[in-house]
Amino acid sequence: MTNEEIKLFISAHIPAATFDESGEFLNVIIASEELLPIMKELRSNRDLEFDYLFCLTCIDWKDHLMMVYHLLSKKHRHVIVIKAKITDVNDPQIETVCGIWKTAEFHEREVYDLFGVKFINHPDLRRIFLMDDWEGWPLRKNYVDENMIEI
Amino acid sequence: MDVSEKLIFPGQKHETADGGILITKLDDAINWARANSLWPLVFGTSCCAIEMMSAADAKYDWSRFGFEVARATPRQADLIIVAGTIVMKMAPVLKRLYDQMADPKYVIAMGACTISGGPFFYNTYSVVKGVDHVIPVDVYVPGCPPRPEALLHGMIALQEKIKNEHYFGKKAEKDK
Repeated sequence: MTNEEIKLFISAHIPAATFDESGEFLNVIIASEELLPIMKELRSNRDLEFDYLFCLTCIDWKDHLMMVYHLLSKKHRHVIVIKAKITDVNDPQIETVCGIWKTAEFHEREVYDLFGVKFINHPDLRRIFLMDDWEGWPLRKNYVDENMIEI
Repeated sequence: MDVSEKLIFPGQKHETADGGILITKLDDAINWARANSLWPLVFGTSCCAIEMMSAADAKYDWSRFGFEVARATPRQADLIIVAGTIVMKMAPVLKRLYDQMADPKYVIAMGACTISGGPFFYNTYSVVKGVDHVIPVDVYVPGCPPRPEALLHGMIALQEKIKNEHYFGKKAEKDK
């Protein structure tokens, strides 16, 4: 599918979705609540068949968090980026996608470790790199560490 | 100190008809034995470890100075060369390794990361800003990473330090 066809498909499912094609890939910006149904559809639809989640990360924009999912179809050779906006920065939550792509299980644990995003229905959500008793989320902009120098 | 000087046993030789008598201080004899056979622990956490391995190989050959018996267990090691960045998660492990080493034990902090937290990773949440926050350091070897020659220089400096230690007599009392 071309980017235009993918855009039409997503707009049909999520009318509120916005698109950004200024970068390398087609970016689709949606709300965090709309994530799971569209992800399931992107994975299972035979014309899309995004079977490979090759990057999962998060960005802290201070007033909101943005979950970023890079998807690729090995069959159709197309790539998109889904960005899910989480507005509640004090208690960020989003549905897990590890039921769709198993690889997301560790990636989501990493995002939880460093950004504190809670993944609903994740089978084993605990810190992956830092010690279990670590306080705070180091990659959040409001993270305070008295040993670090303010720049 | 001249390297050839290090190999000579400290003391005075007195020739006799059927051999000789050697007079030395017990401190000197112990220090001579300890300084010339320092067993380092196999320990490296990042790029400095590559230079450390290079110091052990045929080209630089630290066994010339008595360091060749690298031990994979802290219980048999005299020396730990902290070669590489120590992160917060590694710090308790390093402390435990140091505690498991038998006295007398020595520490060389190799490279900028172990001295101060490093040129790249200093301002992060995860890096210990100097290994001397965790264990006491005898010799600091600056560099990023230090060349094998620099590490050897640091190791010879440690040998000099060991040769000036006192275990017996009035000087040992003072040291305590």
